Amino acid sequence: MASVSLDHALVLAAILFAIGFAGLLTRRNLIVVLACIEIMLNAGGLAFVAAGARWGQADGQVMFLFVLAMAAAEVAVGLAIAIRFRQSLKSLDVDDADEMKG
Amino acid sequence: MTILFTIAAVVAVLSTLMVVTRTNLVHALLYLVVSLFAVAVVFYTLGAPFVAALEVIVYAGAIMMLFLFAVMLLNVGADSPLRVPRLAWVGPGILVAVLLAEVVYGLTRQTQPLAGVEVGPQAVSEALYGPYVLGVELASMLLLAALIGARHVAARARDEEEAAESMERARGLSETAGEAPGQGAVDDPGRLTEEGDA
Amino acid sequence: MLGLLWLIPALPAAGFLALVLLNRRLDRTAAAWIGAGSVGLSALVALLVCGSFIVSPPAGDAYHQVLWTWMDVAGFAPNIGFYLDAVSVLWVLVITFVGFLIHLYSTEHMEHDEGFTRFFMYLNLFVASMLVLVLADNLLLLYLGWEGVGLCSYLLISFWQKDPQNVYCGRKAFIVTRVGDTALIAGLFLLFTQVHTLEIQPMLAAAQESFVPGSAVAVAAALLILGGAIGKSAQVPLQTWLPDAMAGPSPVSALIHAATMVTAGVYLIARTNVLFTLAPDARLIVAIVGTVTLLLAGFSALVQHDLKRALAYSTISQIGYMFLALGVSGWEAGVFHFMTHAFFKALLFLAAGVIIEALADEHDIFKMGGLRRELPAVFWTFTIGAAALAALPFVTDGFYSKDLIIATSLGSVDGNLWFYAGAIVGAFVTTLYSFRLVWLVFFGERHTEVSRRPRRRQLVPLWILAVLSVVSGLIWMPPWLAGFHPFETFLDTALPPIEFTGEYAHFAESALGALVTISVVVVGIGIAWLLWMPWRRGTHAFSESPAVRPLAAYWLGGWGFDWVYERVFVIPVKWFARVARNDLVDHVVDGIAWLNVAAWRTLSAGQTGRLRAYVAVAGFGIALVLAVVVLR
Repeated sequence: MASVSLDHALVLAAILFAIGFAGLLTRRNLIVVLACIEIMLNAGGLAFVAAGARWGQADGQVMFLFVLAMAAAEVAVGLAIAIRFRQSLKSLDVDDADEMKG
Repeated sequence: MTILFTIAAVVAVLSTLMVVTRTNLVHALLYLVVSLFAVAVVFYTLGAPFVAALEVIVYAGAIMMLFLFAVMLLNVGADSPLRVPRLAWVGPGILVAVLLAEVVYGLTRQTQPLAGVEVGPQAVSEALYGPYVLGVELASMLLLAALIGARHVAARARDEEEAAESMERARGLSETAGEAPGQGAVDDPGRLTEEGDA
Repeated sequence: MLGLLWLIPALPAAGFLALVLLNRRLDRTAAAWIGAGSVGLSALVALLVCGSFIVSPPAGDAYHQVLWTWMDVAGFAPNIGFYLDAVSVLWVLVITFVGFLIHLYSTEHMEHDEGFTRFFMYLNLFVASMLVLVLADNLLLLYLGWEGVGLCSYLLISFWQKDPQNVYCGRKAFIVTRVGDTALIAGLFLLFTQVHTLEIQPMLAAAQESFVPGSAVAVAAALLILGGAIGKSAQVPLQTWLPDAMAGPSPVSALIHAATMVTAGVYLIARTNVLFTLAPDARLIVAIVGTVTLLLAGFSALVQHDLKRALAYSTISQIGYMFLALGVSGWEAGVFHFMTHAFFKALLFLAAGVIIEALADEHDIFKMGGLRRELPAVFWTFTIGAAALAALPFVTDGFYSKDLIIATSLGSVDGNLWFYAGAIVGAFVTTLYSFRLVWLVFFGERHTEVSRRPRRRQLVPLWILAVLSVVSGLIWMPPWLAGFHPFETFLDTALPPIEFTGEYAHFAESALGALVTISVVVVGIGIAWLLWMPWRRGTHAFSESPAVRPLAAYWLGGWGFDWVYERVFVIPVKWFARVARNDLVDHVVDGIAWLNVAAWRTLSAGQTGRLRAYVAVAGFGIALVLAVVVLR
């Protein structure tokens, strides 16, 4: 392993994304689900930064900033929904929200 | 640099694993903070010190604070499913393993070296307020919308909470003494919501 | 002064709008003032404008006023614009003045009707549309007016809409005229593709230049326009709607179904006479249609029991005369007859309206009789109208116009003995049925009590129209009588003059030719007196004789056209509709619906509402796509 290369960083991003995805599939607590989404977004941002570093350009970091802004917005709305979810269904179990079925 | 990257990467993976497996919600969130710190170090080793700082300030600082506030507000734990049966991990584990294998296989077919130069805050800022200025405006609008939306959604929840409480009180008074107050409301959440809306 | 031209159609349109907007808030007096007043003002403006047009004609003997561009699409830019020349002057004056008299009459005739305001609303809309029709400077605007009058005709025929029979009659009129309207719009398309403009004067000039006389295009365009004219003017074979149109109130019959709307076809053909000049075959067909119509409708009028139906058939017959005149290139003769016919036929319908009203809605002429002493004013005016219809020599306007048509049908270059014979027989039959009505309605025993007498607002229009029916013919006297023909001079500015160049031109133009017409009329009156004068008792024996009875029944039904149309068009279409109700196409459509429902059931089964299941499915999808992309 001579030095850090692009594929190392991307593999790290993929691993983090995969862990987040596994959590999303498995966990039922709404707060943890939101945290898993944060992990996945963060992994996506990592891929952007790594790709930017490959070419020595600032664009990857700019994209990470946008991902960051989006994550912040998502968390704000998501947690508000969590409060409302808890209020309506008296739980935080995402499996309880199955009223919209065919 | 390579050693630093490797250590940070290992810490990030391990702490993230802890996030998705912990049954204590506060512990999980603290592991998430650790994971984010580790990713910040990775950013630094990739030559992006600016976003490394932002990762710490915004992600680990602001967003995680939001999570912890939500946990405190909601009093999570009493009625939330945090414990996951071990068997439930099998299916998702296989699916994710397949996905990961595909991605890693696709990524490692050729090696591409990094540029090895540091892209500092100045370069990022110039890009941000030069070609990407429209994106910045859009992001600010998104944040504003999220702010208003979150306030709206949460405020309605609070109004409903009050309505539901008064409803429960009324019900508790009218029903027989043997029944616990609010029992009917828990049994029939949909109905409660409708009445609260009205 | 000519600049006020736009006010002429605008005033009735404004009256219509005012009546619509204020509908419920108006009492009868106010509605009558708005309804009749707007048309009266329009008539005054028309008098000013047309007067100044006649006294000091503008350059080119035509005045063109463009208000604004209607639409502008890919080089096609019709105007809202008005074009005034001798032909439209005549039509405008007749529409506004006869229209005003009929409005005035209606204020009394309809005074107890619950739809009083609605009636004037429709009537004003009609007058506005009709004025747009005759003033339009392009065929598209003309078509707007054309459809507007068709709509008003439908609305007014079924005015008493609570009786399904009236609604049926309105529908019939609308659908039958639609056949002609379709031909007309097709003609418009054809003309536009050929000369790339619909503005009438440039279009006619371009057609004159580019169309080869007698070519297929010219004949097709002329025939399609003729189709529209036939539908609107109730000529054979689309005449069946007009007798049924009598279901409407009498003023409507007078204004729309006698004086103005049904002559729109005559106007259209006269207006596009250049096209017909270029298409001799189409002209021949116009003349044949006119001759056949005037004979068929004349014989039908002879046997009707219903006063208004008899007058309706006579209207068809008289418009047949106009078509005959147009067909033999006697454009001016047709237009002349339009004017005289508008006066005397409006008079006859208005008088009939008074009679029917007086006898408590009795339409049957055999139950009338003896009204000479009961309704003297109506007797005199109706008799003047009938005499004009019968072309009583010298003292009625009908004589001058009809004699001119008969002379033209023989003496013009397109004329021949067949048309002449048809016109002469038609004149004879006209005399018979005109005086049959007079004898049966006003003489003999009284069969029904008179329950109501006309007052001033009904009598004044009757007398004005009666005077016009006498004097209006004097503006164009035949050459053997006097050299006084200012009307011809006036029409010459807009229409080609009548040329007596045919084989029998000399005879047709002479006093001898007129003598034939005169003698036919006089003999006809005599025979009518013999047959129908009630105290002669000849009526019954004649009409019940075995030779006449089946023929009379056949004529009564309008020569079986309705019978044939019912079997050829109505019944097959109804049958097809009934068969098509449960046809295969429905099953195909139902099958599609069923497939959709089945697909919905299948797909909604996967709609579990479980968030994590959705995520898992998305994961599988991503894995699949990645496998394709990466492992390729």
